[in-house]
Amino acid sequence: MNAKKQLKEGLLTQNPVLVQLLGMCSTMAITTSIMNGLGMGVSVIIILTLSNIIISLLRKIIPNEVRIACFIVVIAGFVTCVQLLLKAFLPEIDKSLGVFIPLIVVNCIILGRAEAFASKNAVGASTLDGIFQGLGYTVVLIIMCFFRELFGAGKLLDIQIMPDGYTPIGILTLPVGGFICLGVLIAVMQWALAKSAKKNENKEKEAK
Amino acid sequence: MTITSLLAIALGAILTNNFIFAQFLGICPFLGVSKKIDTAVGMGAAVTFVMGLASAVCFGINRLLVAAGLGYMQTVAFILVIAALVQFVEMFLKKNVPTLYTALGVYLPLITTNCAVLGVALLNVQNDYNFIQSVVYGITGGLGFLLAIFLFAAVREQLEFADNPKCFDGFPIALVTAGLIALAFMGFSGLKVW
Repeated sequence: MNAKKQLKEGLLTQNPVLVQLLGMCSTMAITTSIMNGLGMGVSVIIILTLSNIIISLLRKIIPNEVRIACFIVVIAGFVTCVQLLLKAFLPEIDKSLGVFIPLIVVNCIILGRAEAFASKNAVGASTLDGIFQGLGYTVVLIIMCFFRELFGAGKLLDIQIMPDGYTPIGILTLPVGGFICLGVLIAVMQWALAKSAKKNENKEKEAK
Repeated sequence: MTITSLLAIALGAILTNNFIFAQFLGICPFLGVSKKIDTAVGMGAAVTFVMGLASAVCFGINRLLVAAGLGYMQTVAFILVIAALVQFVEMFLKKNVPTLYTALGVYLPLITTNCAVLGVALLNVQNDYNFIQSVVYGITGGLGFLLAIFLFAAVREQLEFADNPKCFDGFPIALVTAGLIALAFMGFSGLKVW
């Protein structure tokens, strides 16, 4: 397993949100402004990488029957650290993300990667997996935030972008917008993946 | 505390602040187990039960933690309690309602990682609810989840025959449908209780 392939999987072919369909709650809930998306994305990258490292180190010690409970304790520990750090140094982000920071514990991306990857692979690969999968998640968050903040509020990073006469599509910043925006994004992803799969097929045919 | 304040909490949790459509808690099982009405209702009932139980137990745990000066251990303690509760429910169902147990399958242990359950425990602390308010919020939040997943499963069964663009097959069309139901639920936001 090389790093380049892992990067491609994390960002595109095995993207945690768009292809594996993990961690949908936070993706839809907090993507109303780019600052929120960045804060959440970076928190998840840090927690995912650290928990992947620890779980990969402990993979031979943890008994198989209680592994999920062990994973959750490791993850909850790191989440608490990040939560306390955010409270101390970035109280505004902590306030706007609210209950979704402690809820990273039950974000399926982290438990999913622990179970599917870190508990079976060596430390180096698991670290990279954590970083790249976290990046894939963050990129999706930022894309969602971009559309929802730009068209829903007419702003980006709290700076007015749209001209004065623009009426914001308020529905995009509401929960409804989250569902529909993510639905369309996943559809685009399925379309793109199907297209590239077809291309590869054609190439193989030509080669024959 | 009066009956009206409890009623306001209940109506809020079921309709105006529905866990799924307004707060985005518990989306994974909502999308995962909503292909058939029977299993959807079973899942909703199990989640309601666990949420009610978790609110009650976590309320006590939180009191203990605060008294011991360990308030920051909240998240870790809550998730362990919830994991134990789910294990308990799983054992109970396996013994007494085996049909539901097999129907729920892998999603049953996954209630542990259902953010609605941990969410309700954390929101109870955040909103400073007392014991009765917490339990009411937990149970009615679960009922809201049940209502949402039931409606969604009913629509989704019809969706099988829908003629949508190919790239929208599966999850995307389900998400757009959920968005439209959420839009309908927004109609409740004008609802005022006394």
